[in-house]
Amino acid sequence: MTFDPSHAARSFSSVGTRPIRPDGVDKVTGRARYGADFNMPGQLIGRILRSPHAHAVIRKIDTSKAEQLPGVKAVVTAADLPDLTNGDTSMYDILDNCMARRKALYDGHAVAAVAAIDAHTARQALKLIDVEYELLPHVTDVDQAFAADAPLINDTIITKGVDPKPDRASNVSMRSQFGHGDVDAGMAKADFVVERTFRTEQTHQGYIEPHACVANVSSDGTADLWVCTQGHFVYRQHCAQLLGLEASKLRVTSSEIGGGFGGKTHVWAEPVALALSRKAGRPVKLVMTRDEVFRATGPTSATSIDVKIGALKDGTIIAADATLRYSCGPYAGSWAEVGAMTAFACYKLENVRTVGYEVLVNRPKTAAYRAPSAPMAAFAVESAIDELAKKVGMDAVDFRIKNAAQEGTKASYGPVYGPIGIGPTLEAVKNHPHMKAPLGKNQGRGMACGFWFNFGGQTCTDLNIGMDGTVSLAVGTVDVGGSRASLSLVAAEELGIDYAQVRAVIADTSSLGYNDMTDGSRGTFSSSMATISAARNAIKILRARAAQMWDIPVEDVTWERGHAVAKGETHGNLPNLSLKEIAAASGTTGGPIAGHSEIVADGAGVSFATHICDIEVDPETGATKVLRYTVVQDAGKAVHPTYVEGQYQGGAAQGIGWALNEEYIYGKDGRLQNAGFLDYRIPVCSDLPMIDTQILEIPNPNHPYGVRGVGETSIVPPLAAVANAVSNAVGVRMEHIPMSPPRILAALEA
Amino acid sequence: MAGIAVSTTINGDQAEFLCHPDETLLEVLRERLGLMGVKEGCGTGDCGACSIILDDRLVCSCLVLGAEAEGRRIATVEGMAQGDKLHPLQQKFLEHAALQCGICTPGFLIAAKDLLAKNPDPTEEEIRFGLAGNLCRCTGYDKIVRAVQDAASVMRGA
Amino acid sequence: MRYIRPSSLEDAVGLLANASGKAAILAGGSDLLVRMKGGFIEPDVIIDIKAIDALGRIIENDDGFVIGAAVPCAVLGENTALRNAWPGVVEGARLIGSKQVQGRCTIVGNLCNASPAADSVPALVAAGARALVRGPAGSRTIAVETIPVGPGKTSLAPGEIIEAILLDKRQRHSGDAYQRFTPRTEMDIAVVSAAVNLTLNDQGVVEKARVALGAAAPTVLLVEEAADILVGSRVDDGALERLAEACSAACRPIDDKRGTVEFRKKVAGVLAKRVALTAYQRAGQK
Repeated sequence: MTFDPSHAARSFSSVGTRPIRPDGVDKVTGRARYGADFNMPGQLIGRILRSPHAHAVIRKIDTSKAEQLPGVKAVVTAADLPDLTNGDTSMYDILDNCMARRKALYDGHAVAAVAAIDAHTARQALKLIDVEYELLPHVTDVDQAFAADAPLINDTIITKGVDPKPDRASNVSMRSQFGHGDVDAGMAKADFVVERTFRTEQTHQGYIEPHACVANVSSDGTADLWVCTQGHFVYRQHCAQLLGLEASKLRVTSSEIGGGFGGKTHVWAEPVALALSRKAGRPVKLVMTRDEVFRATGPTSATSIDVKIGALKDGTIIAADATLRYSCGPYAGSWAEVGAMTAFACYKLENVRTVGYEVLVNRPKTAAYRAPSAPMAAFAVESAIDELAKKVGMDAVDFRIKNAAQEGTKASYGPVYGPIGIGPTLEAVKNHPHMKAPLGKNQGRGMACGFWFNFGGQTCTDLNIGMDGTVSLAVGTVDVGGSRASLSLVAAEELGIDYAQVRAVIADTSSLGYNDMTDGSRGTFSSSMATISAARNAIKILRARAAQMWDIPVEDVTWERGHAVAKGETHGNLPNLSLKEIAAASGTTGGPIAGHSEIVADGAGVSFATHICDIEVDPETGATKVLRYTVVQDAGKAVHPTYVEGQYQGGAAQGIGWALNEEYIYGKDGRLQNAGFLDYRIPVCSDLPMIDTQILEIPNPNHPYGVRGVGETSIVPPLAAVANAVSNAVGVRMEHIPMSPPRILAALEA
Repeated sequence: MAGIAVSTTINGDQAEFLCHPDETLLEVLRERLGLMGVKEGCGTGDCGACSIILDDRLVCSCLVLGAEAEGRRIATVEGMAQGDKLHPLQQKFLEHAALQCGICTPGFLIAAKDLLAKNPDPTEEEIRFGLAGNLCRCTGYDKIVRAVQDAASVMRGA
Repeated sequence: MRYIRPSSLEDAVGLLANASGKAAILAGGSDLLVRMKGGFIEPDVIIDIKAIDALGRIIENDDGFVIGAAVPCAVLGENTALRNAWPGVVEGARLIGSKQVQGRCTIVGNLCNASPAADSVPALVAAGARALVRGPAGSRTIAVETIPVGPGKTSLAPGEIIEAILLDKRQRHSGDAYQRFTPRTEMDIAVVSAAVNLTLNDQGVVEKARVALGAAAPTVLLVEEAADILVGSRVDDGALERLAEACSAACRPIDDKRGTVEFRKKVAGVLAKRVALTAYQRAGQK
């Protein structure tokens, strides 16, 4: 089946409207079922024992006392999760992260787990497990881990991407480089140069719902997993591989998800719950505590970034250079590589070079967090750009407009851009009333740009038309923020029926073909493409059925606004047949009517945003207050504009939290000091102003409706926008995120 | 550990349960009584997802023992709608898209209900401070504040 | 583990004194339940004091206010007479945690938890509040600042329970104020804090002063040298600068996840200035 995804200008009747989401009533009445809201008959409660040490050899684990405690039904260690990864090092890392094998690599690393008849017994059982550790020197700081004399976390890590290959192990797992032109020659021509080193601290996605699952492994080799995840098909693959199950025999059902932001793209407790269930022969429910969520899951990289940018007197950036060191936890990653790709993506540059280093540290394995790696790079680059604009004597927005990438620009990471939104977002910001509003004492305004690639990927969708003419849409990308509403709009649009006639559900892994997970801002982009394709396939059948009902050639039937229309002079007087009428007759015209689609959704259009932030700084305490915030971002086409705004606002709020207060704080002992919502300070309602949004629509040429992903880009500019605002308010360049009050006060008094 | 027999009123209905002395009211509501609308985000009173109203007082049910519910009145999100008619706050949360993932929503609805009971016409700042005990990671709070403002105006008119 | 809800103070004291194993008093529970959940404490008996009527009331009498040990902080804020007389004390109580936490937590619990960062304690210390303590040996009344002796430790004898906090009847031309520094506007805990309580003469000159700092030392600090600077002044700029210096100098803070030594020292002084001005304005209006 051929499907042409290219964009064609058209008018819309459903897309672009703002109906109430289909999962809404359940969510406001408490009926929606999240990860922890599901129980199975006879289930046990699972709990995980975690290392209190940042780096230690596990000498011995004695589980005998725990096993003897009445009510304990299974105890597992790494021995119960044998290595079936067959040389796949990234899967091996996932396995080792789920249950430490030879060494505990961070405070919070799982070392054993129990399943017991209730939570109380499970907690008691954990206390009865004896683990003999041999402590090793640890390193949690990215720069210290990068140093040649740092404690070695994994003695098999030889830096990739370096020629010649290093002859000894280090904590640097990979070096990557991007760019073009001659940076050194360009820099030599520069009239003005800004060179600085920036740091950002590690943050957590901070979803309010802790990881939770219910696992049930039967002795016949079949298994079920109920879990909050951004990608149940990926979880199935990982769990099946790690447990030695056949993928088709493991059915994974995604619950409603209470926030993910990239943090639920990765298995942690699920393989352990399955191993416990297999051993106990009963279902096992495993819900993490908040402390476990912070200590063991999700965080971003901490970074240290050197930036050097040169400009000519006329404001042209002549050379741009950055070296980026990203922590990736105790396992190899590719986080700095992504940072190096995104760092200068907003600009048209003749000479550009970025070098990324992946740095192992004794912290939790780094996971994606909304446009992973881009916010830190943008903070460094956009801070330096602001400073350079001042040196050149240009307005911050004009300087960026002059150097902005455009259609045809060769991106700093390689490809040539199609139609893009960086210029339009900058022009919109330049003309926005926010930019002209007066500022008071101790107040500053900052702006910054951000880029994200957006992804597409494997997608499978079923569209089933009921005999009553209503439509069931089975989707395989988990709905993290309203995509069932947007996909229902798309199905309604394409079929020409009312939104209320469509119900979208997230199908389990046994009911639909493989889908990549909801990451890379791909949920609505890729599943809408598959939905359009499925709807078009269904329309072919609807036309054929109408032709059959009329007894005319199918070529003479078109589909218009939810109806089959007979064309041509010979049967022009036939009244249109509605979808409902065709569906009602389907039992006698050939059976059920459905459209299916299995695609690789290519061509996710890149995304750009520009943000403006006003902030007030108390010069005596370093306290900050965000006074006003505006997001301008290209959506390609906003399918459900209210939820697009929601993505813009949510990303901005997360970025503001990261910019001002959120950070992992480790003690000298290598233990996390603030594993809770009291001391890991995500913004509360009274910390933020209203967040204004402006949606631009520069159609993505590779999507039938022009849709681009919108979920992630909004977290990219805030670190820099807030930092530029603070720097402008206090007159000192801020180099360290988060700009917590002690850091601001220290910068003011330095 | 011996179970404690507790008799209480939940959303206007009599409820009896047995619980352990160390069991929180949150655990009782979710695991013993099936009121899964009360969510656990942290278990330490730092996120507000488990907010309930206990004898006219907004509290985190993770910071209350189940045994303490004896003779008290408890209101949870499950009691907000009247039959199939949503509470104005629920309706406005839907209309304003004041939820994305929705896990914090029951706690916000209960906290907002308590806020409007005590202050029917709050300013934006009063709403923001009144809801500061509830964390939302998805929305940036903008649409939540607007939904509460709108619901307040509907409720004042009603 | 047992849960007991005595209906008289005598019963509570008896239970506490005769408990075999660890006994924990439950009032608001906002510290106790968190410590239990985290596995830091596993009491053998939990004594819930909220069924003891007298402990759930705020009484205003000729001597001032008697605030029962089980009164939630939110109720302090709803008591107009208390708010008018001791606005600083109420400010401290109403900053603890969130609105949800304030519906449960109590100032006595906050005091007995003995955290140097406890939000309600500096204002109580500045106010000269006293605690009415009941124990196996009878009753005694002691200054609140003598109760916490270090992080998590109190001077209470085994079997002793705080029945109420006593605040004096307000003299005219008196005012108090409390402020803390937190990175967030709400749902936070003091990085450093300051409370000032003043009484002025008819000419607006400070006659009596008490200055207390929180999260600046292992226990709340009563800074007498800072109070001496205010006495005799009209809380003018010079006095405020010297007050700030004295407060910064008196601090003995630590570096931790919430702040640094330098930050706490500096901001202790800044907050002291700000609350002294507020207290002075409040005193002048009465």
